Amino acid sequence: MAEIIQEEKGKKSGKRRPKKHSSHIDMTPMVDLMCLLITFFMLTTAFSKAKVMVITMPDKEDHNTDKTTPQISAFRTLNILLAGDNKVYYYIGMIKPKEAPPAVVKTDFSKDGIRKILLDKNRDLFTKIAEYRDKRVTGKIVVSDTTLENEIKKMKRDDKKGPIVLIKADEKAKYKDIVNIIDEMAICNIASYAIVDISQPEKDLVKNAPK
Amino acid sequence: MPKIKPPVRTPHIDMTPMVDLFSVLLIFLLLTASFRPQEAAVITTPQSVSEKQAPDADLMTIFIAKDGKVYFNIDNGRDTSTHFRSKLLEKIGEQYKIKFTKAELSIFGTMTSFGLPIKDLKTWLNTKDSKEKEKLQTGIPTDSTDNQLAWWVREARLTNVGAEVAIKGDADTDYKTVKKIMDLLQDNKVNKFNLVTNLQKQEVALKDLPPAVK
Repeated sequence: MAEIIQEEKGKKSGKRRPKKHSSHIDMTPMVDLMCLLITFFMLTTAFSKAKVMVITMPDKEDHNTDKTTPQISAFRTLNILLAGDNKVYYYIGMIKPKEAPPAVVKTDFSKDGIRKILLDKNRDLFTKIAEYRDKRVTGKIVVSDTTLENEIKKMKRDDKKGPIVLIKADEKAKYKDIVNIIDEMAICNIASYAIVDISQPEKDLVKNAPK
Repeated sequence: MPKIKPPVRTPHIDMTPMVDLFSVLLIFLLLTASFRPQEAAVITTPQSVSEKQAPDADLMTIFIAKDGKVYFNIDNGRDTSTHFRSKLLEKIGEQYKIKFTKAELSIFGTMTSFGLPIKDLKTWLNTKDSKEKEKLQTGIPTDSTDNQLAWWVREARLTNVGAEVAIKGDADTDYKTVKKIMDLLQDNKVNKFNLVTNLQKQEVALKDLPPAVK
């Protein structure tokens, strides 16, 4: 390694040697610049890509020529009414004119709120899927991610007992409420759910519901 | 007796390995970087458990800000030589009888999200001042008398046939506004939406099941 040789003073003997120059380049400015660039890139790069939640809505226009609406049993139907302000109402069955309105229960988005009800309703399917996942985690069965997904899809399709959830949002509901409730569907492995428009009797139900 | 002085040496640290490392890092970041696109409005997305990643190309995004303003963005496609954005603007110009120059079309091609009525678009493209530009961003009109967003969506669907639709809404937007946009999209035969969300892990295990009531 080349280094600066300190000239010894006092000795004036011998030939005058040309002063040796250091072959070192000072790299500090370069390092500074690089640090700066790296920091800049780190801050401007979007490392984590945005996550999306996919929802598919039914086609508005009816291509089917036969107008038979799918028959669903009333006791499986769980209507969720979103009223904004973290307020969620639900009732089971359907509103029939000339009959007493169904009992509406108020709940919220917390862990013991709507999730508990959904889990309770969806007990069979949820247990089935959770057990299947557990088996995979503990190594009892070895399947790929796609197989797992397909299996779960199949379980959901074959499910005949779980609730059919109808999500209805009124004017005061915020966008996050809808996202939250769809999220709950994913968490609780609900097989069938749909976002539907709220009807006038249901708006009245929310209005008259226990506070 | 005088002390023996060791020869004074300038302390040198060999920086070469450090420089090497930095170079590697820098090149890595340069090559992998996908820049955070500049967005027209600040939008806080709601949280969800979904871990699905948004597609990085062939995506049209509709931004819905807290105040209900609507912005639109479409990328140039996976193969950027297709110039979808410029083509789209040309088509929209034809619809509204506005002729955009080549330069304006190419400026538009390099931009990202925007939200302004079409009549202001020409001024917006030719304005250099960023503050002036921001003032022009008043949101794309979506009311039924002059539904410009519907035209954007329709023409974008025709320009880039494979494009998926993402909705990036603010958590506190009224659902009514979002519903209106969704209806508009469904009228244009878009039935699959990607709702942009923030990942927040939440898990429910078997033990969380409420006890069965018999």
